[in-house]
Amino acid sequence: MSEIFGIPIQAFMGQLMLGLVNGSFYAMLSLGLAVIFGMLNIINFAHGALYMVGAFMAWLGLTYLDLGYWQALVLAPLCVGVFGVLIERTMLQWLYKLDHLYGLLLTFGLALVLEGLFINIFGVSGQPYSIPDEFSGAFNLGFMFLPKYRAWVIVSSLVVCFATWYVIEKTRLGAYLRAATENPKLTQAFGINVPLMVMLTYGFGAALAGFAGVLAAPAIQVSPLMGSNLIIVVFAVVVIGGMGSILGSILTGIGLGVIEGLTKVFYAEASSTVVFIIMAIVLMIRPAGLFGKEK
Amino acid sequence: MKQKILVGLTAMALATLGTQGAFAQAAKAKTGKLSGDMVKVAVMNDMAGVYADIGGPGSVEAAKMAVADFGGKMFGKPIEVVFADHQNKPDVGASKAREWFDVQGVDMIVDVPTSSVAIAIAKVANEKKRVYMNTGAATKALTNEECTPYTVHYAYDTYALANGTGKAIVQTGGKTWFFLTADYAFGHALEADTAAVVKASGGEVKGAVRHPLSASDFSSFLLQAQASKAQIIGLANAGGDTINSVKAANEFGLTKTQTLAGLLMFISDVHSLGLKTAQGMMLTDAWYWDTNEETRKFGRRFFDKMKRMPSFDQAAVYSATLTYLKAVQEAGTDDADAVMKVLKKTKINDVFTKGGYVRADGRMVHDMYLMQVKKPEDSKYPWDYYQLKKVIPAEEAFQPLALSTCPMLKKK
Repeated sequence: MSEIFGIPIQAFMGQLMLGLVNGSFYAMLSLGLAVIFGMLNIINFAHGALYMVGAFMAWLGLTYLDLGYWQALVLAPLCVGVFGVLIERTMLQWLYKLDHLYGLLLTFGLALVLEGLFINIFGVSGQPYSIPDEFSGAFNLGFMFLPKYRAWVIVSSLVVCFATWYVIEKTRLGAYLRAATENPKLTQAFGINVPLMVMLTYGFGAALAGFAGVLAAPAIQVSPLMGSNLIIVVFAVVVIGGMGSILGSILTGIGLGVIEGLTKVFYAEASSTVVFIIMAIVLMIRPAGLFGKEK
Repeated sequence: MKQKILVGLTAMALATLGTQGAFAQAAKAKTGKLSGDMVKVAVMNDMAGVYADIGGPGSVEAAKMAVADFGGKMFGKPIEVVFADHQNKPDVGASKAREWFDVQGVDMIVDVPTSSVAIAIAKVANEKKRVYMNTGAATKALTNEECTPYTVHYAYDTYALANGTGKAIVQTGGKTWFFLTADYAFGHALEADTAAVVKASGGEVKGAVRHPLSASDFSSFLLQAQASKAQIIGLANAGGDTINSVKAANEFGLTKTQTLAGLLMFISDVHSLGLKTAQGMMLTDAWYWDTNEETRKFGRRFFDKMKRMPSFDQAAVYSATLTYLKAVQEAGTDDADAVMKVLKKTKINDVFTKGGYVRADGRMVHDMYLMQVKKPEDSKYPWDYYQLKKVIPAEEAFQPLALSTCPMLKKK
């Protein structure tokens, strides 16, 4: 059997594929963070908790309302988005003019409250969410056995990521958004409702986290701690990609997922550290991140 | 008046002598000396983190049930249960234990999952000379190199887990093993103990992969396990990590060709995985609620309060607390040395164990159970999860005393 770097090519390809799956999650979550930071200047530490809430919404819907996976995929992000709008209107909007630190503290506190609430109600071991019947089984790719559900995760998250990128970078609505970020006062003077756009942006970022949560529900245990296990890595992704850069967060997310996957083969013990080593190196060479602009 | 005091003192002296004589003697003290005029039992565990479902608030409830069953009073004085969250951090646990012993007059600490914290508390309890009954932690170090005169390791340890599951599986034909190990002290110890048992029983270890604690995705590790072509994949991890490993193993179809062995699984893990995913797994258990009429009664009582069946850790907290209170009563004092003397001479007979006893190294020795998780169609009622495969007799289940490296044993 042929080998790459001393491991069989089959194992190598398999790990590459799995890295792509994890990278899709990183991309989707870091995208939401980047959108929120880019538009609102808020470092949204509640993002992991919103992802967890999305997964729980799917589980609650299935258990108590008999809503299937597809309904959950639409409804749960909507609910989380509305919840995000509520947070923005009642709390965050008072913090835009203050230092980043206040937004960070508020959202971090929110994350702790949400996690605590869910632990109290559901316990830490979490709840099982089965893979929808359409996706049971697997594709035989020759070099590996790829569960259909994981393939769906890659496809759907790529579609969502690039749609978001397209809307923000290539459409008129996106142009308004970008203008509102650059110079809110001037944009408002042109008759564009900036506070409304900001509110919807936060709602959209939250909905993205909720969407990722629903996608994750069948793949990993729906547990109150699922967000905090992931969020630190996602923050590293955003920093490496360049705070606020949309394309940067998508590409970095996928890239780091793959690098992490390969680390698991070569030296598994370092797989939780490798992202941070890369972060340190990138920050030394390019302090604004790979795709960030120096201000 | 003087006469009364004299009578009281004589009675007390007699009572103490009685307990030191032989445990068979039913000379239980009606009166006794208590520090701070009360008995204070303290439950320390992970209240909200990864291990909260194993012990957590349920252990506090179990300790309260034990106090209630004891009668709520000791020599007419109150018995109080306090608790704290150690957050799985040794420094947090150790400083809380010091505060409990120094300021709050706590007499005994129970539960304490997470091996690193468990060892830290053993040191504090030894320094302050107070009884420490560990039910939650797995490390066998508590009765080996870290043993103290005040530690009782009550429910299980890595040796018993490895010995139970490892040996049984090799005997039923699972000769080749691959380990998926949590990359910290507990995981390494469990892997090493199990690998030793597998090799001693004629099996072969094909390799291992170490994953970080609370990893978010296990598919890469499992792919490596799959590539090893080992018959058995030993999960040397716990809690959420075990749950997610099992889930991913099902999704990637490993369970069709290979068998998973959960080296440390609690009923709460099986409950949250669901039988559809967990079915067929082998595990070693210290106690199961659906064993006999007595355990079922206890399970239902607990269920009424906590809305879930007790884990073996929670049942052990109940038993350890009750055993401690009985020992204080028999010793006629809450002085740790006197209580330990009674504990090491008494047979324990309650809902947790029949004929269990505490050895010189602090190990409580009792029967363990090899269980297999039922298929969904075989489960007849809620929490009907396990099929008993084998009772592992007390003498076989735990590390022989002769092999213990406990320094206390050498002095004699």
